[in-house]
Amino acid sequence: MMEKTKIESGFSSDAKKEPRRIVFITRNTSAKVTDERGPKLMAYPHLLVREAIVFEVLLIGMVLIALFWDAPLEQLANPLLTPNPAKAPWYFLGLQELLHFFPPFVAGILIPTLVLLGLIVIPYFHVNVEGKPLWGEQASKRLGIVLGVVIALLLLLVVFDAWTIIVPTVLVAALLLASYPSKATTGWRGALGTKPLSWWVMTWFIATAVCLTVVGTFFRGPGWSWVWPWGTHAG
Amino acid sequence: MATTFHTALENLRSTRVWKSIFRRGPAITNRTRSVAVFGNLFLHWLPVKVREKSLRVRAAYYLGSLSLLLFILLVVTGVLLMFYYHPAAPKAYHDMKDLRFVVSNGVFLRNMHRIGAHLMVLLVFAHMFHVFYRGGFKPPHEFNWVVGVVLLLVTLFLSYTGYLLPWDQLAFWAVTVGTNIISAMPLIGNKIRFVALGGNIVGENALLRFYVLHVVILPLIAFLFIGVHFWRVQKDGGLTVRSKDDDDGKN
Repeated sequence: MMEKTKIESGFSSDAKKEPRRIVFITRNTSAKVTDERGPKLMAYPHLLVREAIVFEVLLIGMVLIALFWDAPLEQLANPLLTPNPAKAPWYFLGLQELLHFFPPFVAGILIPTLVLLGLIVIPYFHVNVEGKPLWGEQASKRLGIVLGVVIALLLLLVVFDAWTIIVPTVLVAALLLASYPSKATTGWRGALGTKPLSWWVMTWFIATAVCLTVVGTFFRGPGWSWVWPWGTHAG
Repeated sequence: MATTFHTALENLRSTRVWKSIFRRGPAITNRTRSVAVFGNLFLHWLPVKVREKSLRVRAAYYLGSLSLLLFILLVVTGVLLMFYYHPAAPKAYHDMKDLRFVVSNGVFLRNMHRIGAHLMVLLVFAHMFHVFYRGGFKPPHEFNWVVGVVLLLVTLFLSYTGYLLPWDQLAFWAVTVGTNIISAMPLIGNKIRFVALGGNIVGENALLRFYVLHVVILPLIAFLFIGVHFWRVQKDGGLTVRSKDDDDGKN
């Protein structure tokens, strides 16, 4: 550069008269900008390189599995020969396990519809957007309500003998109660004590869904009876 | 070696053909890097800039990206499988046998498609739960969460319609069990089941319907909604970054 550009900083109220400004600050305003979300990087290359690596890892992993684990192929479809048990794909086995306990309309239509509607309306409940802890305020009153709901739910499940739902429900309820006194601010009890109600509902839902699916996939044999996956049984 | 490669790349970039395709210099300035994203049809739905915090592995575990990449892989392997497949009973089953014993790498092709399908269902679920626990459904991301729920359903239907296509005992009875549930719907259950199967039992009509749904209708719906989903991520201001995401990388 032939001539050093002189840059000055100072206060002014007229942008047009200060063409060489690097920062323009009017009086009585603050230049301090806080952005908790942090700085930005260029998507090219920072994001694209990561995506490419993820894709390569995925592809290598899938090729390795595909080389050693063959897709099953049974006999030709035969409407006259019903296998026992006849099982849906694994992601519907939770539903099939429900069908074992509840009437077809409840297990096959009502519960899936309610779950779906529940998932859709999640973001439109503007309750507790800040994610305040369940035991944050009125803890003893809330404990009463929670205990009432859990006990009512467990009684209902006992009536239907739906113990593959009872087990995860009891486990999650135990964790919920363990988080109650919330005097501990560190450790797992302290961490659980900070969770809002929505966290507990979703965790209960996932625990139940996983339990139902795993039992339906690995622990159900002829006539939907209990079998051990390592046991020898037909099918 | 590195210098030779670099020179070759430079020479390639200075050719008229290269310049006519990319219409920009090497992406070494912020301006050309921006153009590299928004000037490219296949990348323009990505943001030009991303928050450093949302690039961290813990921000998303790449679950959304992996779902999209699996969808692309499934389209590629699926189209290849279509070359060897007839949606007719019992020809469909014999095509499976041909894939195993006649077609070169036929087993590998089918394995890739099957593993990809199961993995995609798994990862779409994982993606949804992870987004929930991060609070990614909160404003302004409400609508994109709903689009995501639709994509979950489309993924499940894609996987389920594909499940029938091998036309073996496993496929036939899995679909019979699944579609019997529809009958439990009051009043219209049996009618819906009839429409879905093209009859009262899982037969040739059902195979053809599931095939058309699997290779045309559902992929198009998925493609449409995936487009909306990614576009909305950008329009809603990028991935959710929590104030908890400390600079020391914890949480």
